[in-house]
Parts: sequence; C-alpha cells; structure tokens
Amino acid sequence: MDTFFQLFVSGLATGSIYALAAIGFTLLWQASQTINFAQGEFIMLPAFLVLAGTQFLGLSFPVAMAIALVLSLLLLGLGFKRIIIDPLLPHGVLPIVIATIALGILMKESVKQFYTAEAQPFPALFSDRTLNVLGAAISVQDIAVLLIALGAVALLQLFLNRTKIGRCMQATAQNPNVAEILGVPVRRMILYTFLINGTLAFLASILISPIYLAKFSNGETLGLIAFIAAIVGGFNQIRGALAGGLLIGVIDNLSAAYVSASYRSAVPLILLIIIILVRPQGLLGKAEGRTV
Amino acid sequence: MTKTAIASIAIAMAISAGLPNISWADTIKIANVIELSGAGATVGSNWRDALKLAFEEINAAGGILGEKVEVTDYDTQTDPTTSRAMVQKAIDDGAYVIMGPIYSGSVKVNMMVAQQNGVPQLTGAEAPFITDMGNPYIFRTSFGAQQSMPKLVKYLTEEMKVKSVAVAWVNDDFGKGGRDSFVAELEKSGIAVNADVSSEVGQADFAADVIKLKSSNADAIFAYLHEEESARLLKEIRKQGVAQPVFGETTLMNQKVVDLAGDAVNGVRGHVGLSANAPIPGIEEFAKKFEAKYNYKPDHNAIKAYMGAYVVKYVTTKNGKVDRQAFADALHGMTITPADEPGILMETSWDDKGEVNRESFLVEVKDGKQTVVTTLPKL
Repeated sequence: MDTFFQLFVSGLATGSIYALAAIGFTLLWQASQTINFAQGEFIMLPAFLVLAGTQFLGLSFPVAMAIALVLSLLLLGLGFKRIIIDPLLPHGVLPIVIATIALGILMKESVKQFYTAEAQPFPALFSDRTLNVLGAAISVQDIAVLLIALGAVALLQLFLNRTKIGRCMQATAQNPNVAEILGVPVRRMILYTFLINGTLAFLASILISPIYLAKFSNGETLGLIAFIAAIVGGFNQIRGALAGGLLIGVIDNLSAAYVSASYRSAVPLILLIIIILVRPQGLLGKAEGRTV
Repeated sequence: MTKTAIASIAIAMAISAGLPNISWADTIKIANVIELSGAGATVGSNWRDALKLAFEEINAAGGILGEKVEVTDYDTQTDPTTSRAMVQKAIDDGAYVIMGPIYSGSVKVNMMVAQQNGVPQLTGAEAPFITDMGNPYIFRTSFGAQQSMPKLVKYLTEEMKVKSVAVAWVNDDFGKGGRDSFVAELEKSGIAVNADVSSEVGQADFAADVIKLKSSNADAIFAYLHEEESARLLKEIRKQGVAQPVFGETTLMNQKVVDLAGDAVNGVRGHVGLSANAPIPGIEEFAKKFEAKYNYKPDHNAIKAYMGAYVVKYVTTKNGKVDRQAFADALHGMTITPADEPGILMETSWDDKGEVNRESFLVEVKDGKQTVVTTLPKL
C-alpha cells in the first residue's frame, strides 16, 4: 500500500507538469484556434535562459530566473503571437500547425547549436529531504512541484472566473465576434492568453529541469504527452487539461511499476485511443457543433 | 622593385627561416565517427575533444611517418542507421582508420561496413558481442562487459559481503550486454537478483523504477545505464531516500554523471576501466592538459580516445607504412607500454579478437570526485 501511495504521489507530481503544458494547449486553442506543436520546446527553453544568465552573464540564480521569466513572456508570449500567429491566423489552422512544428525544430536545434547537445544540471529549487507519509517516503520536491503546479492552476481559474479581464478572456474564447461587438478588446485578451502560456511554460521548465536535467531535446516527450493530456482531458477545458495531465502521470507510474516499464511510453497513446473511441470530446470536454 | 618591397621580402625570408620546417608529404585521414548529438552526445563530446587534442599533439611533433593527420568528425546522432551511413561515408572519403562510435547498438551495425572494406576500427563500445563476431578489423579501447563484471562481482562478494542485488539497466545493446554479463556472474557467485528493472534510452522519469528497486529489499543496487540516465536515476534515488548502497561499472561514476547528479552521486562505488583520477602519471598529465584546453574534466571516454589516437601513431610508425591491413594484423596480440609510446598512458594489450587488457580501478565517489580505492591487475 505504501508503494502504491508513493507511486501515486510521484505520478501526480510529474502529471502536474504535463498539466501545465496541456493547459497552454487549451488556452491557445480557445483564444485563437492555435495548436502550438512547439509547446514542448517552450518548456525546454526557459531553463536554458536561466542557465545562460548564471553561467555566461554571472547573474545570481534569482536574478537569472527573473530575467528568464521576462524573456519567456517576450519570446514565448509576445514574440510568438506577433511573429508567427498573427500573420498566419487568417490562413487557418494548418499553416499554424506547420509553422509551430518548424518553430519547435528551430528552437531545439538552436539550443543544441549554441548551448551544446549535452544535458546540463539545473539547480534544485527544493530540499532533497523525504517525508514519511502513511509509511511511504514522499520527497519534499514532489510535494512542492505538485503544490506549485496546482496552485498556479487554481490562481489561473480564479483569475479567469473572478476578474473582469478574466471574464473578458473567457468571452473572447467563447465567441470573439460577439465579444468584440460587446466592447471587449479581443486582440488584447488574446495577447494576455499568450503571455499566460509563456508564464506556464516558464513555471513547468523550472519545476521539471532539476529532476529531468536541462536538455535541448526535453520538449520532444513533454510536448507529445502534454498534447495527449489535453486531448484526453478535453481540448476545450482547462479542468480537462489538468485532469488529463494528472491522469497520465499517475497511470504512467503505476503501469511502469505493476505492468512493465518496457511499454510505459505506449501507455499515453493507448489511453488516447481509448478516450477517442469512447468519448471523443475528452473526459471533461464539451462536444462542439460543427459549423457547416 | 622598390626598397620597401625588397626589405619586406628580406624580412619575410628571415622570419620563415626561423620557423620549424614541417613540410607534409601527404595526409593520413582519420574518421571520427562518433555520437555528437542525440542521447550519446555527452560521451561523444569527450571522445571528440580528446581525439582532437591527441592528433594536434601528434601533428605538432611531426605527424605520423612525416605525414599530417587529418581528422574528420562524422556525427552518428546516436542512431545506428545514421552511424552506418557515416562509416560508409568515412570509407568513401578515404579513411585509414575509423575511431568510434561508442554506443554498442551503433557499432553492431556499422562494424560490418568497416569489415567489408578492410578498414580498422577502434571503438569505445563495451557490449560483449562486439568482439565475439569474429571481425578482424575491430579493436576495443575499453573493457568489454564480460571482462569488467567479474571484477565487480568479486568485489561485491568478497569485500561487501552482498547476498542479493537489485539490477537497473538500460534496454539497448550496451545495457543488455552488461546486464547479462553481470547477472551471469552473480549466478556463479550465488548472489540473488531481487529485482531486474529495465529502462529506456533518454528516459526522464525514474520514479517507478526506483520504487521497484527500493521495495526489492536487496542488499545493494547495481545500475548500468548511460551517463544522463544514470544521473537522473541517482537523483531519484536520493529524492526517495533509498538506503541501499549503489554500485556500477564505469559509466555510473563517470565525471559527467558527477557533474549532472551533484550530491546524489556521492557514495556510489564501482569498477572503472579508466579514470581521470587514477594514480597513473600519464593519465594525470593528460587530465591536466585536457582540462586546461577545454575547461572541463575528462571522463573515461576522453582517455580512451586519447590513447586510441596514439595507438594509431604507434602501430603505423612500427609498420613503417600507412596500410590498413598491416595495421589490423599488427595490433592483434600487441602490447604497448608508455615506455614505447608515452601517449598510450598505461600498458595495454590486445588479444587475437581485438579485446583490450590493462589494469583497472575500483573507485568510490567522495565529495563529487572519483577516489580510487584499489588498482586491479591485468587479467
């Protein structure tokens, strides 16, 4: 039982990172029908911005983190929207999909070229102590990652539901044309969505890099699993993306321990196939009518 | 001609007269087919840098038989198919000797190409099958797992009095070969295998693996994974507060693992074929030169590459000709000592299968540094 509990908590911690990335997928989709296939690379990059600040500029870790956050907002939020999405959005989803796949490759190869292909250590944000909870050794790191990720999602939900800007963003997501008629500054609301996605990517990056190490190719797996998590949970629901991420994290850990570690990479895909067959709109997603 | 022009020519002639008179009759092409990206980038980078250092030294000292050595890098991307194509390209480009790769899965498929073309290949791979396939052109620069595992198991039984082990290994040719050799040795010694946990190349999350290792209640954990995965495993072991001692073979105590895993690697013990911290004068001198040039500590792959470059120099010089067949014929059964060739660093022998033999070390990582506990004799 203690082993199961340990696997469960550890799975939740990893799953919460997937959830942060998956929420980015759903936010951008709702705000501007953007599917960002560079989302994994968005999570890979901020860790390298922090490392570059500490190693090349000699900045202290907190200062480097602050600068990396600002750069993440500028590059992954504002820059991504202005340079990639805005010019392509009038041409539909397919050019955006192709462009973001290309962007992901460009980001990955650029980091490899300018930083090296080798994994880099990233400073631990939390103590490496363990706590005895119900007979299981639960690490402080796992608990902290889980709490921070869930806290970020709760804050986001509060922001969207309890603030005027948040409600304007929701109105934009539901129907940008009507929102514009009602006086909502749609373009600004979409920009906020991209900035939130940049922040979530930064957060996921600094939470996961101390454990996974910073590596140019980290985004490959993360991006794929987060995309699957978003679909499993429901692509049009933030709660769905959260549920999908946590579910995949837990199932991955349990299947690796109780079934076989050899097939663990297949587990999210099997889950995806089952969900698509049984409930195409995802676990918590809403079925959307098609405009003819 | 003006006075200025005449003066310029005179000065140029005077300067050139003072320079070393190296005129290269021809060039010897060495192909460095190595993992420069992908999962093996860490090991490949160490290998490439050391190889470059060695051949720069060799060229600065007059080259080999008066010929300049020209090294070309071919990136395998840690992909067996790409590595095969790169070996073919290297041969098409006229390589005299192929250095690398290190990943056994790549060597398995590309050594056939080198063999068919009669090109000697000095590999850093450790999987036992490499030298069991009867290829007369393949030579190791490091121990095969079948040589190193008996030394480690002897240490576990005699020194550590271990009765059961939980085994963590990476599911590729390197990991499978090492795991099989290790488990076979455990069976001979009557040590139980309480858990047998495989993982994938590039795996990021080791939480479930470590829980399985921990709950096996084995006396010790043996880990045989590549460098990055070793670091992630050790960090997870530390994160979960695992009490069992952790042992490994060469890669687990590698400098890159020390750099990546930080404190989590302290206390790890095992057998290493080569160590930059070995009390061997040649290795100490090499480690200083390497760190001064590249600003990081060399690992065992760097030492392998450096020694490999000097093997090429020594054998070719001894043969008196740049001849692939003569090279392969000469290296079988050869022993090279530092007295013969200082760049070889340690006395090293090759048998008729291309298997390498030399002293090795039992080490423990203390305060982020490999500490040699015992030097083990040649087999």
